Amino acid sequence: MSEMVKLTIDGKEVEVPAGELIIKAAQDHGTYIPRFCWHPRMEPVGMCRMCLVEVETPRGRGLVTACTQRVADGVLVDTKSDMVKKAQEGVLEFLLINHPLDCPVCDRGGECPLQDQTLSHGPGESRFVEEKRHFEKPIPISDLVMLDRERCILCARCTRFCDEISGDPLIEFIDRGNYTQVNTFPDEPFASYFSGNTVQICPVGALTATPYRFRARPWDLEAVESTCTMCSVGCRVSVQASQNQVLRLLAVDSEPVSHGWLCDKGRFGYEYLRSPARLAAPLVRGEDGELHEASWGDALATAASGIKDVIDRHGPSAVAGLGGARSTNEEAYAFGKLLRSVIGTGSLDARIGDAIDPVLLATGESRALIGDLETAKTVLVWGPDLKEELPVLYLRVRRAASALGATLIVIHPRSTGLDREATHVVRYRPGEGAALLDRLGKGEGDLAAVRAALDEGPVVAIIGRGGLTEAPGLASAVAAFVAGLPGASILPVARRGNVHGAIDMGVAPGLLPGRVAADQAGRDTLGEAWGTPVPAPGRDADGIIEGLADGSVRALIMLGTDPAADHPHRARATTAITAAEFVVSLDLFVTDSNRGADVILPVEAFSEVEGTVTNIEGRVQKVNRVAPGTGQSRPAVEVLGDLASRLGGSLGGPADALAKEIAEVAPAYREITWDGLAWGEGRDGLVAAAPDGGLPIPEPGELTGPPVAGMALHLGRVLYDAGTMVTAGPSLEKVMATPAAHLHPDDASRLGVTEGIAVTVKSRSGEAVIPAIIDSSLAPGTVYVPFNFGLDIGADPGVEVVPVTGGEP
Amino acid sequence: MVDTLTPVLTDMWDVDCGWTLRAYESKGGYRALDKAFAMAPDDVITAVKDSGLRGRGGAGFPTGMKWGFIPQDNPKPKYLVVNADESEPGTCKDIPLMMGNPHVLVEGVIISAYAIRANMAFIYVRGEVLHVIRRVQAAVAEAYAAGHLGKDIHGSGFDLDVVVHAGAGAYICGEETALLEGLEGRRGQPRLRPPFPAVAGLYASPTVINNVESIASVPSIVARGAEWFASMGTEKSKGFSIFSLSGHVQKPGQYEAPLGITLRELLDLAGGVREGHDLKFWTPGGSSTPLLTAQHLEVPLDFEGVGAAGSMLGTRALQIFDDTVCVVRAVLRWTEFYKHESCGKCTPCREGTWWLVQTLARLEKGQGIEADLELLLDQCDNILGRSFCALGDGATSPISSSIKYFRDEYLAHLTQGGCPFDPAKSTAFATEEVTA
Repeated sequence: MSEMVKLTIDGKEVEVPAGELIIKAAQDHGTYIPRFCWHPRMEPVGMCRMCLVEVETPRGRGLVTACTQRVADGVLVDTKSDMVKKAQEGVLEFLLINHPLDCPVCDRGGECPLQDQTLSHGPGESRFVEEKRHFEKPIPISDLVMLDRERCILCARCTRFCDEISGDPLIEFIDRGNYTQVNTFPDEPFASYFSGNTVQICPVGALTATPYRFRARPWDLEAVESTCTMCSVGCRVSVQASQNQVLRLLAVDSEPVSHGWLCDKGRFGYEYLRSPARLAAPLVRGEDGELHEASWGDALATAASGIKDVIDRHGPSAVAGLGGARSTNEEAYAFGKLLRSVIGTGSLDARIGDAIDPVLLATGESRALIGDLETAKTVLVWGPDLKEELPVLYLRVRRAASALGATLIVIHPRSTGLDREATHVVRYRPGEGAALLDRLGKGEGDLAAVRAALDEGPVVAIIGRGGLTEAPGLASAVAAFVAGLPGASILPVARRGNVHGAIDMGVAPGLLPGRVAADQAGRDTLGEAWGTPVPAPGRDADGIIEGLADGSVRALIMLGTDPAADHPHRARATTAITAAEFVVSLDLFVTDSNRGADVILPVEAFSEVEGTVTNIEGRVQKVNRVAPGTGQSRPAVEVLGDLASRLGGSLGGPADALAKEIAEVAPAYREITWDGLAWGEGRDGLVAAAPDGGLPIPEPGELTGPPVAGMALHLGRVLYDAGTMVTAGPSLEKVMATPAAHLHPDDASRLGVTEGIAVTVKSRSGEAVIPAIIDSSLAPGTVYVPFNFGLDIGADPGVEVVPVTGGEP
Repeated sequence: MVDTLTPVLTDMWDVDCGWTLRAYESKGGYRALDKAFAMAPDDVITAVKDSGLRGRGGAGFPTGMKWGFIPQDNPKPKYLVVNADESEPGTCKDIPLMMGNPHVLVEGVIISAYAIRANMAFIYVRGEVLHVIRRVQAAVAEAYAAGHLGKDIHGSGFDLDVVVHAGAGAYICGEETALLEGLEGRRGQPRLRPPFPAVAGLYASPTVINNVESIASVPSIVARGAEWFASMGTEKSKGFSIFSLSGHVQKPGQYEAPLGITLRELLDLAGGVREGHDLKFWTPGGSSTPLLTAQHLEVPLDFEGVGAAGSMLGTRALQIFDDTVCVVRAVLRWTEFYKHESCGKCTPCREGTWWLVQTLARLEKGQGIEADLELLLDQCDNILGRSFCALGDGATSPISSSIKYFRDEYLAHLTQGGCPFDPAKSTAFATEEVTA
């Protein structure tokens, strides 16, 4: 606890931490000082002058801006004196002389700080009788954001956010004096992954988001607090809907996780919910080989009899389940229970061959929280490009390095969003990570400084899979190395929505609900609770796909998963699913993965079901329902329950009942209840932790394959890939990236490749023709191709890159 | 009367090619350097403190005290920045000084940098005055060639590099923190203080920022002693300074004299107000200092005297206006300047100066009501002391002071439906009557 000082605010003596700003100290003690430029998550600037208050110190009495003045012992603050009132009214009058007052047609009308503070702190009327300043009405500054410079009051919140918080300084003040305006640089749109935050923190309607513009008035919106599930960071959001349609998401400030920010994929991704392509009724494959709409009864009957038939003929282990990483914990738990307890198979996986060892995700050893970044001396990021995969975690790491002075080490095959803030950047070719780790451990050569930085604790290491050609075990090896350092903790990360929750619910062959190993003891305990035996661990995602291909697995149940897009070897996955005898899919869309399924059951999605999700740090948070699903969609928990009963079992009820069951049978979730998450401290989530210290970091297994022939392939994710969440909404579809083969200039000249020409990237598993981009940030000998754009290169570490003859630039 | 002048900085101005190193050295230039190098840096600071030299850029902060604020235990490099962004309307002392005697500035830079232990100094010259930039650059180049700059200057072991930086054209960059922003390549806007430049200035390192004239005064203090310097001027405003007379005077120009001289004495030196006219109003230190009138002719021109008269000494830019001038018109012109130069960072200055111009322009055309004067004063009240930096404060000075002294003239515009003055009469060519 920091030192406290006593000061007097409006005659009331208060005690606040030394160094606190007056505006914050007053707010924490119930006195609101009006403001526009000040934002609690950004550095004070004192520009708008709205927060002028009268302060008496031993050196005299005068007006100061409460957002820049720090408290001191014995200071008298008056926020309501005549002088203050006059100053605040004066500033507001100035702000309004050039403000268009087009509130009736402004999206911000009704929730506008300028409106609100004019009413609470402004003059009743203006004395301004001249012509207002004019600008061209809203101009698009990106595909997602419009700027109305007439409404702008130049508080610089947006420009400061981009400079200070997101590190994408793409908008700035231009021109001078009264003609000052916010704008982009010429020919450079405001293409930031975090642009939506500027819309939310704009204190007027100057910045508006195209997906929401003119869609609703704030007083018509119904809002629930929930958790974003677009990735696994777990940002708190307010989901707002009108007439049963989600119309926008706003960030909710949560101290442990998001600090009030969201990425644009999280903020604008909701559009997929009302995509016309969304499934509105169950589909069953008819005798003509086509999918036809069916009643729920028929569809469930068909699904159950198909599964039962396979069990009868080939035994329960011929049935497998994939998915759950896009579901709530309750849905994932139901899925696991259906597979293990009702069907009796141990083959299930929430990952799709693209994550890391589930035991590492669930480990209890040296685990870090996101909040530990605030006090870290050294931060190591060895895994995905956080800006592309876990954007708000990127913001938190960026803050640690840029604002809090942590030493940042980034290890990745190419440049990442964090490199600019990093003290040490290390590059390596995919496949050579184990050798690099070995050299790092010894502090050899140029790694000596990096190694030394790792001795400066506290160290927080964010560890994941850098790319899809990376051996999944590398993350375990890195984790084991870091855990051995004094004062170090690890944050193992996988990216998909609720993959951490699904793993915690036991949707992985080696794990049972609550981070329990699926050994005999664990299975016995769970079996006792369930009243049915729990089968021995079966296959993981890769094993299931192999089994489907060779016929040892016959039936597949998919819960909100798309291996045809997401599996590193997507062609292999697609072929395997096609070969399956019987496939049931619970999904929102028809995808390449379930197009050949026998039964497709439409389920409700994010914002349509109530439940919990678990983020990368094991924080369990509530998701809530604000709108119904499309057409006849039903909650997955109910669908799985119905399927269970048609197979002669039972899952134990709807989601709230399952939540109670989870708290009983899943040791790491013992204290976690929906009620506890709805009120008080639990609103920011409760961190799940195994009571006995949890599972140790797993053995890494085989890390070094045969030496890579040719070029090493780096397959990495980008935020706006061709995934369903992006392509199913009109707004994000516009900003979708395009795939290219990135080559180091040395390799490019050796291969005769120039920027923009078409090249063939060829591996044992397939090939693709894409344009080349020269990228000097790559480790030489590496070709980087963004993943999930429908390319069939596979994920073998070695590829060949050949310019297409006559390939036009 | 001529005795009242004390040419020190301007002493070179009438020397043939006085801006050259040869001419400067022939008059004893660069000899204060060795005297300074023989002293400990702290002793140089003490000497400047003892001389009573106060900042010549307008605010009058004691120069030696400013140097003493530099934390010498800070491991970062220290910087000296010379503010040569002279842009205040009426102010014209640094530009002729740098034209006429650039080497005294360079010598001052070396001694000052030595005192604060800076090995890098910047001279930020207003970008519009290309001739001055070239002259200072040439002087710096000459000084390098002669061994007055660079490594181990005069065998003292002290190294100094000087960069002459051309500003990009904004009045606000005369504000010291905006100047630092500009020097760092950013948008010229004042910075939040604290941290003060002495702690975290240029590139977040301890930085002294001084006006050209302050730095140029240092060699003479070192050469002739603090006592000599302090023997001139008044009790709290020591030494000499350049007074720039412009406007309706017979002999406009720079007059270097001890602080505390009066406008009456300066006018005598300058041959008086324009023939056949009387003094109507004047600014003591540029347009952002409240204007004064003929009743203030005996005010001693030092920091305290002008302050007591309700204005500020500022940059000693004495703009003289005779009885042909419409004060409303003059104030409107100045206000238009401040509106144009407001950086846009803070609300009161950005919006206030813009509104002031519109209200004033209406009044000047006679299209207002008496209550508009109260509106103007209230707008000024809402800007003064509410703005981020002194630009906004300065913008209100001409308005509130002119209404204080010339309210009737404002009202005359309203009663007559326009300006009662003939603007041609105030021009320099007004006496050249042309008859048909």
